[in-house]
Amino acid sequence: MSPLRQNSRQLHPGAWWLWALGLAAAATRTSNPLLLLLIIAVAGYVVAARRTEAPWSRSYGTFLRLGLAVLLLRLLFTVLLGSPIAGTHTLLTLPQLPLPTWAQGVRIGGRVSLESLLFTLYDGLRLATLLICVGAANALASPARLLRLLPGALYEVGVAVVVAMSFAPNLVADVGRLRAARRLRGRPDRGIGSVLSVGLPVLESALEHSVALAAAMDSRGFGRTAPVPRALARATAALTLLGLLALCAAAYGLLGTDGASWAPPALLLGVAASATGLALGGRRTVRTRYRPDRWALPEWLTAGSGLATAAVLSLLATRDPAAFSPSVVPPTAPELPLAAALAILLALLPALAAPRPPGFRLPATRKDRNP
Amino acid sequence: MITFEQVSVHYPDAPAPALSGLDLTVPEGELCLLVGPSGVGKSTLLGTVNGLVPHFTGGVLHGRVTVGGRDTRDHRPRELADLVGTVGQDVGAHFVTDTVEDELAYGMESLGVAPAVMRRRVEETLDLLGLAELRDRPLGTLSGGQRQRVAIGSVLTVHPKVLVLDEPTSALDPGAAEEVLAVVQRLVHDLGTTVLMAEHRLERVVQYADQVLLLPGDGRPAVLGEPAAVLAQSPVNPPVVGLGKLAGWHPLPLSVRDARRLAAPLRGRLAQTPPVAAPPPTGTPVAEAARLTVRRGSIPAVRDLSLTLYARQVTALMGRNGAGKSTLLGALAGLHAPANGSVRVGGLTPHRARPQELVRQVGLVPQDPRDLLCAATVAAECAAAEQDCGATPGSCRALLERLAPGLADDTHPRDLSEGQRLTLALAVVLAARPALLLLDEPTRGLDYPAKQRLVEILTALAADGHAILLATHDVELAAEVAHRTLVLADGELVADGPSAEVVLASPVYAPQVAKVLAPEPWLTVRQVADAIGHPRR
Repeated sequence: MSPLRQNSRQLHPGAWWLWALGLAAAATRTSNPLLLLLIIAVAGYVVAARRTEAPWSRSYGTFLRLGLAVLLLRLLFTVLLGSPIAGTHTLLTLPQLPLPTWAQGVRIGGRVSLESLLFTLYDGLRLATLLICVGAANALASPARLLRLLPGALYEVGVAVVVAMSFAPNLVADVGRLRAARRLRGRPDRGIGSVLSVGLPVLESALEHSVALAAAMDSRGFGRTAPVPRALARATAALTLLGLLALCAAAYGLLGTDGASWAPPALLLGVAASATGLALGGRRTVRTRYRPDRWALPEWLTAGSGLATAAVLSLLATRDPAAFSPSVVPPTAPELPLAAALAILLALLPALAAPRPPGFRLPATRKDRNP
Repeated sequence: MITFEQVSVHYPDAPAPALSGLDLTVPEGELCLLVGPSGVGKSTLLGTVNGLVPHFTGGVLHGRVTVGGRDTRDHRPRELADLVGTVGQDVGAHFVTDTVEDELAYGMESLGVAPAVMRRRVEETLDLLGLAELRDRPLGTLSGGQRQRVAIGSVLTVHPKVLVLDEPTSALDPGAAEEVLAVVQRLVHDLGTTVLMAEHRLERVVQYADQVLLLPGDGRPAVLGEPAAVLAQSPVNPPVVGLGKLAGWHPLPLSVRDARRLAAPLRGRLAQTPPVAAPPPTGTPVAEAARLTVRRGSIPAVRDLSLTLYARQVTALMGRNGAGKSTLLGALAGLHAPANGSVRVGGLTPHRARPQELVRQVGLVPQDPRDLLCAATVAAECAAAEQDCGATPGSCRALLERLAPGLADDTHPRDLSEGQRLTLALAVVLAARPALLLLDEPTRGLDYPAKQRLVEILTALAADGHAILLATHDVELAAEVAHRTLVLADGELVADGPSAEVVLASPVYAPQVAKVLAPEPWLTVRQVADAIGHPRR
């Protein structure tokens, strides 16, 4: 096939995240369900073509379910609580709960219109698409690998985040194990009570696990620092502090009602001071990188295709707003804008351009997975 | 290489020091084996070598520990990371990254090794430990032996002068344990690494040791010396040494090979009284699996397995890590639903039965007995167990008193030793008087006296009419206690028969005594002692 596929290697995690964020940005430009479904399909195809057997690759399915849950939850709320969209096509009328006058503006039950449901469906679908794009990035590049790209000064923060993220799956495994143990003791293992009753032992074992991990990391040299002159250390601290203050002030100015003119320079100052602080802070770390991820042609193509999709969709959305947000009042059938659809299909490029990840065989054992 | 000068360690709230009066030197390039009964401070001693004790664990360390000239008082663990590589008991907690290759590189990255050097050392280590094919694998998908080798590799890449290993083979099947030990021996021989290793399964490691460091406990001082000389005064002994002591061999043999050379007279003496294979006790069928298949995820962990377990019989379940032993126990205890076939225990279908009824038929002590324990004191634990299964109040406590006399009522289960904790879990499970008792790896972390105690308990329970199935890697335990042995491979039953026949048929599963006295089917030191009319020890 293509010469790009000869070597099997991991794509740079940054490329996958840029691609996925590009798709997500494209999704925010439209509420057209056809385009959104197309984005989900494209992301799904690329994940299917390029994901590995690694545990984090399963996160795509999790995010897919999460997106669906968000969508259903929003529809449910619209049915129960009503929506600001007034419509003429009444689908059904629920008995309305009479509320006291102080709860004015809140409605429980009552008329459910086709328009309000459609509006929620489109809006919820957009949110679900965003989630699914993040899930795709997660499945294609482990977040831990992305965190390796952090500058040296932030490395320890990154490790803390990785450890925190590994906490959740361990917690789930522990809950399962302890519920099984409850069953072994002859206690009911179903229902919410059984999950709650294992809370304390689960936290205990998670804490023990974290302490053991911290000990292992310390004895393997985590947190070794190079000696730096005191003046440099002080300058680093001062610059970082100044940078953060300037960033906060700039954010206040920019987001305020009357866009202050001093805000942009303050923003620049903040960014510059923080960046210098980080760079100087990096001198304290002695760390080196093992086989840093390369950024080559496949990375350019992958990241580029995602960003191009976002750019083209943004451009088209301003030219032809009607096709990108189909009207719900009155309800009309959404149309598929051809140019936009082609732009989304552009994001399929990584399925061909990205190198195959090194293949993993099936797990060797089952028991050892959750020790 | 490692010098202890008048070292003692005190933890706050502890009545006695965890370690005291240690004054010795471990020379460079030696494999030093640390032996002693549970709870004498072996892990504490190992922790002092890389500074985790006291920098990380708290407590007060008196005296001085120096490693390669560096004093652990002024060097924190991270500052010793280039000199001492440590692999703890729980390998799962050792891993920081998520693939094999990254894990091997992690330590070097922390130390700031140049990228080109890192690349070369990772490749060397992959070859040295036979991990080349696993380089891209996520750590979660490795088997127990592979994980142990990756953990050792991950500390080797920084080229430490000292390697500290805490129970490296306890969780492994005999084959995987040999793999790991071969690697350790190669490091000592080829690279001159100093290895300090604690291990309860002496029969696996003692033959590789250059020095043995004995912590006898009971306030007696530590002894460092030649293995044979030190083991002669050790309270814990592998079977081959026990046999040597029994037969009065000198010097004491440490390996099966040494023992075989000395064993000719004993073999001759035993030839007159061949071992009588007692027929396995018979009882009523208690549990039955018919063409059972159990899936874990997409993988069939147990395949098409048919099995009947009888009352009064102790059955050992063996097989390599990941062969499906735990899954089979789980299926019998109702934790996993069968994908095909059926399981019946005492008239119940375990996975559908109500837990309250099931506990009267089957009890499982899981791999980590702590999972089963949830109360804050021993007394509360027993009371909870009686309540769970509707037993008469006080019965579980009385049972515990019989199994492990003298356990204080107000001790927290986490403060018990491994052996005591196992006994407590056993008492909790037995409170419901289940007809079938299942044990998953009961001897992990147990020393020889605790194991002997377990053997006595299990034998008594079987005589009481319980059917017992224990999954274990410990061939010596199986030889001693089991009437019948099953061997699982890839979820299929490959051997099923009287223990003597099954373990003798395979060099991997044969206990040491059998290897020494082959071809006669002697299995345990006790059997031999009875035959020649000696009290053991």
